[in-house]
Amino acid sequence: MNVVFDNLDVFVAGMRTTVSLTLVSFAAAFVIGVVVAAFRVSPVPPLRAVGAFYVGTVRNTPLALLMVLFFFGFPDVGIQFDSFWVSAVIVLSAYTGAFVGETVRAGINAVSRGQGEAARALGLTFPQTLRVVVLPQALRTVAAPLGSIFIALIKNSALAALISVHELVGNTEDLITDFAQPIPIFLGAAVGYLILTLPSGLMVNVIERRVAIKR
Amino acid sequence: MTAPVLADALGPRARRRVRVASIAAGLLVLACLAVAVRRLSDRGQLESDKWRPLTEWPVLKFYLGGLVNTLKAAAVAMVIAMAVGGVMALARLARNAPQRWLATLYVEFFRGLPLYLLIIFCWLGLPQLGARLETFWYLVIALSVYNSSILAEIFRAGILSLDRGQSEAAYSVGLGYWQAMGLVVIPQAVRRMVPAIVSQLVTLLKDTSLGVVIFYEELLRRARITGEFFHNPVHAVAMAALFYIAVNSVLSAVARRLEARQRQRYGAGRIDVAGAEDVALTQAEATAKV
Repeated sequence: MNVVFDNLDVFVAGMRTTVSLTLVSFAAAFVIGVVVAAFRVSPVPPLRAVGAFYVGTVRNTPLALLMVLFFFGFPDVGIQFDSFWVSAVIVLSAYTGAFVGETVRAGINAVSRGQGEAARALGLTFPQTLRVVVLPQALRTVAAPLGSIFIALIKNSALAALISVHELVGNTEDLITDFAQPIPIFLGAAVGYLILTLPSGLMVNVIERRVAIKR
Repeated sequence: MTAPVLADALGPRARRRVRVASIAAGLLVLACLAVAVRRLSDRGQLESDKWRPLTEWPVLKFYLGGLVNTLKAAAVAMVIAMAVGGVMALARLARNAPQRWLATLYVEFFRGLPLYLLIIFCWLGLPQLGARLETFWYLVIALSVYNSSILAEIFRAGILSLDRGQSEAAYSVGLGYWQAMGLVVIPQAVRRMVPAIVSQLVTLLKDTSLGVVIFYEELLRRARITGEFFHNPVHAVAMAALFYIAVNSVLSAVARRLEARQRQRYGAGRIDVAGAEDVALTQAEATAKV
């Protein structure tokens, strides 16, 4: 186990990158998801089509493939980033955004009809109806699935290692190559992930109970 | 699905407004597409010699072989994961406390780890433990372990979602624990779990693409090989995406159909567990309508 304690700083650095990837990507994915959901319920057919196409394509493509695709694809269209971290964040948020979008849409559909009708009766426009009346209720209903997506994102952020971002799995891989002691190093990394995922799960439960709408 | 909540039958003015918005949005989409195509063609990414090799039969056959390897790994992993997941779910519901603890430990441990980490461990760690296997099995073991922990949660939630009265009634007519489980509880629970299981299968199928890191020749690996050979990595990988989308769209559609049918029959939404990537899309709708 010494190899774990000697390299504790490597694990911690990896965890820090995992956390930064997760938090930034989730924030971006949330925005993307809400916009996509709004597209999908809007009365404007082209927007609905764009939303459906986005969700249908991204949800059915493996994240690993998207990582590789954009790793090669960004430079090909002349987009260069200073670090792979940025590419990873873009891919992670685009991927997670599709799942958030589907979930938020489900939440919007769960808001009772009367709410939308009342908003329209008051003369609110579609964007106003959505922003002021429907979305706040919808987001509270889907707090639990969103939490689930967040935890999945912590785990999915490991795929950034595919494009040589040094997050927890990337660092673990390096350590295993350097020290050839896969078992203790694996356990170290596992503990690192559980430190992130288990409390997140508990926190999600708390938030869910706080915001849940009693019906 | 169109918007059931936010728009009812539109009047003449609203229709006109929607038409204007449609045209504006349509133009915007077309403009975005035009810019993308311009950028790609400026850099010679749309030239036919980048794509042509990918449409030739030997290359397509290579891809299809990769798809077969993907499906093989996914199928074997799914069968193992369902078996292990089933055992773990029963163990978590057992009356025997140590059994319960062990199963809980297993499920919570593996559910919290990224699959990538497990694959690397199987690949680099198992040989050190004396298990020298084909690459296929390293991938399958990692996939099975990870998915069994998620499936165990789905199974457990499915069993718990049944009304207590079912098992109480079974006991009261004199059935034992296993008889009640096997004849009354599990057959009903399984039906409720089917949509969640199919969704998990889609996730598992996508996850086999992580075989790329341990050089298992599934679809993504083969796309990478093709890309290196023809010097068109983006095109080769984009091609693989089409295969994935084709297969997964069908499976997703099946899952959605099953979910809708189930809601009609049982009036209950789909079973869902935290930590699974593809969570219930309509569970919220279901809870709202109950």
